[in-house]
Amino acid sequence: MYRIRFHGRGGQGMKTASRILGSAFFLQGYEVQDAPRYGAERRGAPIFAFVRADKRPINERGIIDKPDLIIVADDTLVPVPAAGVLGGADAHTLLLINSHTDVSEWQQRLNYPGPVVVLPAPEEVVDRAEMPFIGALCAGAAAALTGVIERTSLQQAIAEELGHLGADIVEKNSQRALHAFDLMGRQQPRLMEGATADASAWNAPEWISLPFDEARTAAPVIHAADNTEALKTGSWRTMRPVIDYERCNKCWWVCSTFCPDGAIAVEEGTPVIDYDHCKGCLVCVAQCPPHAIEAIPEHNAGEITP
Amino acid sequence: MTRLLLTGNAAAAWGARLAEVDYIPAFPITPQTEIIESLGEWIDHGEMAGRMVTLESEHSMITAAGAAAAAGVRVFSATSSQGLLYGMEMLYTVSGWRAPFVLTNVSRGLASPITLEPDHNDILAARDSGFLQIHCATCQEVLDSILLAYKLAEDPRVRLPVIVNLDGFYLSFTREPVTLPEQDKVREFLPPFDAENMMFRASAPESQAVAVLGGGPYSYFRYETHLAAQNALAVYDEIADEFSQLFGRHHGPLECYCCDEAEYLFVMMGSFATKAKEAVDRLRDAGWKIGLVRPRLLRPLPREALQNVLCGRRGVAVIDQNISMGMGGVLHSEVTSVLYGQPDAPLLASFIGGLGGRDIPAAEFFQIATVLREAAEQGSAPPPRLLYTENELREVRKLQAIASVEREVLGGQGDE
Repeated sequence: MYRIRFHGRGGQGMKTASRILGSAFFLQGYEVQDAPRYGAERRGAPIFAFVRADKRPINERGIIDKPDLIIVADDTLVPVPAAGVLGGADAHTLLLINSHTDVSEWQQRLNYPGPVVVLPAPEEVVDRAEMPFIGALCAGAAAALTGVIERTSLQQAIAEELGHLGADIVEKNSQRALHAFDLMGRQQPRLMEGATADASAWNAPEWISLPFDEARTAAPVIHAADNTEALKTGSWRTMRPVIDYERCNKCWWVCSTFCPDGAIAVEEGTPVIDYDHCKGCLVCVAQCPPHAIEAIPEHNAGEITP
Repeated sequence: MTRLLLTGNAAAAWGARLAEVDYIPAFPITPQTEIIESLGEWIDHGEMAGRMVTLESEHSMITAAGAAAAAGVRVFSATSSQGLLYGMEMLYTVSGWRAPFVLTNVSRGLASPITLEPDHNDILAARDSGFLQIHCATCQEVLDSILLAYKLAEDPRVRLPVIVNLDGFYLSFTREPVTLPEQDKVREFLPPFDAENMMFRASAPESQAVAVLGGGPYSYFRYETHLAAQNALAVYDEIADEFSQLFGRHHGPLECYCCDEAEYLFVMMGSFATKAKEAVDRLRDAGWKIGLVRPRLLRPLPREALQNVLCGRRGVAVIDQNISMGMGGVLHSEVTSVLYGQPDAPLLASFIGGLGGRDIPAAEFFQIATVLREAAEQGSAPPPRLLYTENELREVRKLQAIASVEREVLGGQGDE
């Protein structure tokens, strides 16, 4: 069985990518199961989707904890713990990253146990939540890496999955997917089917008997909104608002009042953005009367001093 | 006959479409909403006849469904979790009307704490409502069960509403290959609803809102509903055979997988049972004599069939994806009652897992089999076990640490 996991951000089309790949396998005569995993259904938040394909009926279900292929549509997700991109990877797991960074750099950075393939990312876009055609690109590349999906099946899968959006969209996605397919066609190594679980040798689950806790501990109660502080929603951000303090007229209230996440504090009359929690909605950019807040791509944020 | 990839939600919508339903009262709730969205789109585009009406709550939705069914039209509706519970009063009421229709429930764990992923406490809360219950394990089964459910509900020997249950996420949002039956063949299996004596016509008023006092009439009506539900067992067998002859897929009241000569059995309901099936295959590879029994019908409960398949085994592990507070697994209780007093009843072990969609990996099934075998060899049942690991508790402790810090910040009453 092939077990494949797509990682991306809300808005990048990972569900569509998994469906294109699923349909391509199905057209190729495979039994298929594909599904997105919804969590925080929000633009920019990490999401994943999976595909299983086998010549026999599939009884496995749900999350894939030991993937044969991991596809990362957005390389800024790799270091985000909540995205769990590398979860369950071992020496046979192929890692496909859509990135401007090359293979040796990734291998070194991640100390990754298996083979790494880089899908040379297309032209950079400003807002990564809107990376166009990224789903089709990733699906095309993945289809090639399987070594069992024909070009025509990929093409037909795109027509089936995107047909309701019109011929133009199908054509544009098809072009990108086939481009990625052809590019990967020359790539080694290939995807290897994973083994089935072995019931003669397995690691016994570390079951415990839950202790009784008093309701004070055991009731699911949050006593205030302060818990949001512990969740670094800043990792969802694809665009970063940056305040130009020369231009800021120190009105002291507009941006901080309109911020839906309370991520702008005013310190001695000067607004300060809390990047650990700013989700990048850019309401502040739209509201600032003297236009003193600029939006820059998050992936360029390292190049400036906020 | 077309074979295509469909989600469980899409399969449910196709079931309603192929059943050529007349009326769909609707109210959205995750993870069910796609069902009514699909139906709405088909009706809008003229691909499907019938009328959809959005109601202001599940309570009204089920009332409307029962009222329309009592007027003799074919009715479909869908809900999930909190929605099913919000309509609970009317579940009992409309089944008492003996109004036959099909309600799809997309299982989702109940609050509190609130969650999105599946377990069976929502559908089991409706266990005693008078609705019959069919539990599905695959997307194909979702579609087929809706057709079976109409035929069962509308049979004069039954005439009760039926809930078809599918698990959220694991079926609702998961695409699998599904064979779409042809409309003509479906019509042959399920002709238009013959309402017979169910009349609701202009100038011929009826009232369903009957009140009785004294207990005698009440007991009569309630027990008649019970008898109808019991009748459904034999009727179901008939229609499952008829379905299988027409469509080549047999969905019996119990699915028995690799049960011949099995010494040990898993008993499970719903889509997680396919995981158990996979585990059975792997355990068989490793030399085990083990199988799986999956009740598809929970109401009526196939008592005799369960006795026949379970008795004479060395051990049976019931894996419940639900929990009755203060008692344990509901299916375990039901199986225990079925086996009581049987001379060759197997050793019975209770496991609870998959609450709120918590995964059950293959290794846990292997471990369950091992625990079961050891217990059978020693001749005493193990204590009930929640499938829960040390690591999971560690993660919860981290969350509690955050809550505790807050308490300290807010009131200086932090836990140690």
